[in-house]
Amino acid sequence: MSHNRLQQVMAEHLEECLDNREFGFWLYLMTDAIIFALLFATYVSMFRNTANGPEPINLFDLKHVSLETACLLISSVTFGFAWLAAMNKKLPTVMLWLIITLVFGVSFVSLEIAEFAEMIREGAGPQASGYLSSFFTLVATHGIHVSIGMLGILMMVLQVFMKGLTPQVCSRLFRLGLFWHFLDIVWIGIFSVVYLPVFI
Amino acid sequence: MLGRLTIDALPFYSWVAMGGALVTVLIVLLTALVVTWAGKWRYLWEEWLTSVDHKRIGVMYIMLALVMLVRGFIDAIMMRAQQAIALNNEGYLPPEHFEQIFTSHGTIMVFFMAMPFLTGLINIVVPQQLGARDVAFPFMNSVSLWLTAAGAGLVGISLVLGKFSTAGWTGYPPYSGIGFSPGVGVDYWIWALLVSGVGSTMTGINFITTILRCRAPGMKLMQMPLFVWTTLCTSILMAFAFPALTVVAALLGLDRTVGMHFFTNELGGNMMNFANLIWIWGHPEVYILILPAFGVFSEVTAVFSRKRLFGYRSLVYATMAIGLLSFTVWLHHFFTMGSSPNVNAIFGIATMIIAVPTGVKIFDWLFTMVRGRIAFHPAMLFTIGFIITFVIGGITGVLLAIPPVDYQMHNTTFLVAHFHNMLIPGALFGYFAGTQFWFPKVFGFRLNEFWGKMVFSCWLIGFYLAFMPLYALGLLGMTRRLEQYTHPDWQPFLLVAFAGACVVLVGVFSVFMQFYVSIKNRNEHRDLTGDPWNGRTLEWATSSPAAPYNFAVIPEVNSVDAFWEMKKKGEAYDFPDQYEPIIMPANTAAGVLIGLCGFLVGFAFVWYLWWLAILAMVSAMAVVIVRSCNDHGEEIITPEAIMAIESKRKAQLISVEGLSARGAPA
Ligand code: HEM
Ligand SMILES: [Cu+2]
Repeated sequence: MSHNRLQQVMAEHLEECLDNREFGFWLYLMTDAIIFALLFATYVSMFRNTANGPEPINLFDLKHVSLETACLLISSVTFGFAWLAAMNKKLPTVMLWLIITLVFGVSFVSLEIAEFAEMIREGAGPQASGYLSSFFTLVATHGIHVSIGMLGILMMVLQVFMKGLTPQVCSRLFRLGLFWHFLDIVWIGIFSVVYLPVFI
Repeated sequence: MLGRLTIDALPFYSWVAMGGALVTVLIVLLTALVVTWAGKWRYLWEEWLTSVDHKRIGVMYIMLALVMLVRGFIDAIMMRAQQAIALNNEGYLPPEHFEQIFTSHGTIMVFFMAMPFLTGLINIVVPQQLGARDVAFPFMNSVSLWLTAAGAGLVGISLVLGKFSTAGWTGYPPYSGIGFSPGVGVDYWIWALLVSGVGSTMTGINFITTILRCRAPGMKLMQMPLFVWTTLCTSILMAFAFPALTVVAALLGLDRTVGMHFFTNELGGNMMNFANLIWIWGHPEVYILILPAFGVFSEVTAVFSRKRLFGYRSLVYATMAIGLLSFTVWLHHFFTMGSSPNVNAIFGIATMIIAVPTGVKIFDWLFTMVRGRIAFHPAMLFTIGFIITFVIGGITGVLLAIPPVDYQMHNTTFLVAHFHNMLIPGALFGYFAGTQFWFPKVFGFRLNEFWGKMVFSCWLIGFYLAFMPLYALGLLGMTRRLEQYTHPDWQPFLLVAFAGACVVLVGVFSVFMQFYVSIKNRNEHRDLTGDPWNGRTLEWATSSPAAPYNFAVIPEVNSVDAFWEMKKKGEAYDFPDQYEPIIMPANTAAGVLIGLCGFLVGFAFVWYLWWLAILAMVSAMAVVIVRSCNDHGEEIITPEAIMAIESKRKAQLISVEGLSARGAPA
């Protein structure tokens, strides 16, 4: 058995593995989408359960939310640029765009934490009513996802730096990208279901 | 530092509970002692616990299931004993302890007996039936196993430290809320479900990918063995239903631990949401349990009737129809909560419609048997016992699907009889049949048939004795979950039910006796061919036990019953002169470590040990990160090593007389 043949078998195996992982990752995203769908449903069904506590109308600040939204949407674009650079094998550019994405991600999460802290200070914490429980759970679940995504981006910066753009690293970057864009879509849902109806 | 964990956590409140705790601790110590005495820790760790081989993972799942079957059954017979004597008196169990027992029985039987059992069978069989070398994600498979075990461990440790939930296996609020159940019990229940539920979701993802992407070349979807089809459907249900369980358990946990108001009575909570969410998972769950058993019955019927499966396509469509419909009926679990008559009617009709594809399947199995040469192997006996008994359960199910009838029968023992009538024949008999059928594939020798028939007879007779009286009792108005009662005319029925449980006890004993006797006499029952029943599907093409890589050369498939066709053409036992190297996943400790962290996270949240919770979560994260950056999780099996294994197999085949008629080398 020649060495070449072994290399070939290994390459085929790797390709198959990475394909499977991408497929499996789509499935994972679907399970996660179900979690969010149920949290959305819970939120909608509890919209009126404010128990004489704070009402949605008085809780949110349009500017703040728009800023959050802008951060997250832009971060999706910058991640896209990172992926494009990866396709062109431009290693430093990939890292640059990833770090930019990270900055926007951090801004998003900090803004969200600031919003939560402000609400809790005003007595509109998650314990105040069924409505607020569902609000905090839905939005924070998204926020935790974003934070995990940021941890992933950090890991990818390190891996790109240490391993270069190997097929494995590219595949991971691709899957992380799916995750990141998915969170964007979920946020658009949150924006339209949670915040928008209050402002219009 | 120790949160709510104080000396009061030890079960001094009742002798029975103390006994349970002592037995648990003793069993753990004894197991550890035996392993140490035999000097097998290293072997256990390197060959089993860290293994990512789907066959070994499957075996470990089934061992977990059998242990939990014993535990769940002890609960069951304790309840039967209590109800047999508790006419106008306290019996031997205080009410709170009785409540823990029915909760742990239900929880264990569903999550930690049935789920691991079916997942184990799927693990062992499906890759081989597909002509694949492993599942799509072997490492994730190991994580699933250890998360399931971690959940089981949480239920186990609740015997020793603290109490288990008293809120029933579905944990309805407001009773399961912090106000009515301030102790740790419900938290144990929540975390056992959360941790193991993540494992089940991953199992679902894993097997959907395996089945859709790792089939042998040429195998079309409509050529997959029926067990693979039912596994596909079950996996889809797992992946899509278990997130609902995760959500509902997490929300209840938030209510309890953080003080939120999803399901509370005050401040805008809504308990109906809990019922909806848990049954959005719960109804598909019963099909998750039953469909793999249907798959086993299909394989067994065809093999032991010596005939091609009747109506293969209709069986496939019926399976998929059941899977789809299972998401549309959840409301039948709470007809009495007062939805409008029209809503109840719609869900009642949807429920009845599920009986149609199920009926199609029953007829397909019967027609497969018609004019077949039936061999009454224990696996076949279970199949026949299932068909007859399951039809009875189906009829009572259609009765309960009529909302006005359900208003009468809900919460009575009629319901208890109904779901046991579905789950014992419909799920457990299937798993038993699968064990009888595939055991030689895993261990290389057949199971003793006498004891197999004992398992079957005791479980069948015991089942009828234990549950038919409950139908009558339900009609007499006996509610479920009763710790004591005052109606003298109920007692005779309950005594019969207790006798039935005793017969099942012999059945449980026989399960282990069968293993013991078979292992003792293993040399008389060796399966040298890998094909002990003259099978039809690809798992019988491998040696028994199969090589780590299953197939040295991946077979080409172009029909249903692929192996049967190969035998007919005389191509079943071809050995090439040369092999290609094979790449297999290497063992890893990461799965065990993640399971351990899962256990600790659950334990920490139950007892409010916040530092431990953070520590365990950070460790889990670290393991995941390290593992996901790893590019070298594989090892190479060289052509020489494969040649050595395959030559042995060839010699073994030649030594078997009469096999050359099936195309084996002479
Ligand atoms: C032959 C063995 C079994 C016996 C004797 C048995 C007996 C019982 C008894 C006495 C109860 C309590 C009924 C009541 O509420 O009055 C019960 C409940 C239950 N059983 Fe079993 N059982 C057996 C096997 C199983 C199996 C195999 C499963 C599932 C796969 C199962 C699942 C359940 C569930 C989910 C409950 C409801 C628990 C609750 O009320 O929260 N049982 N069983
Ligand atoms: Cu149901």
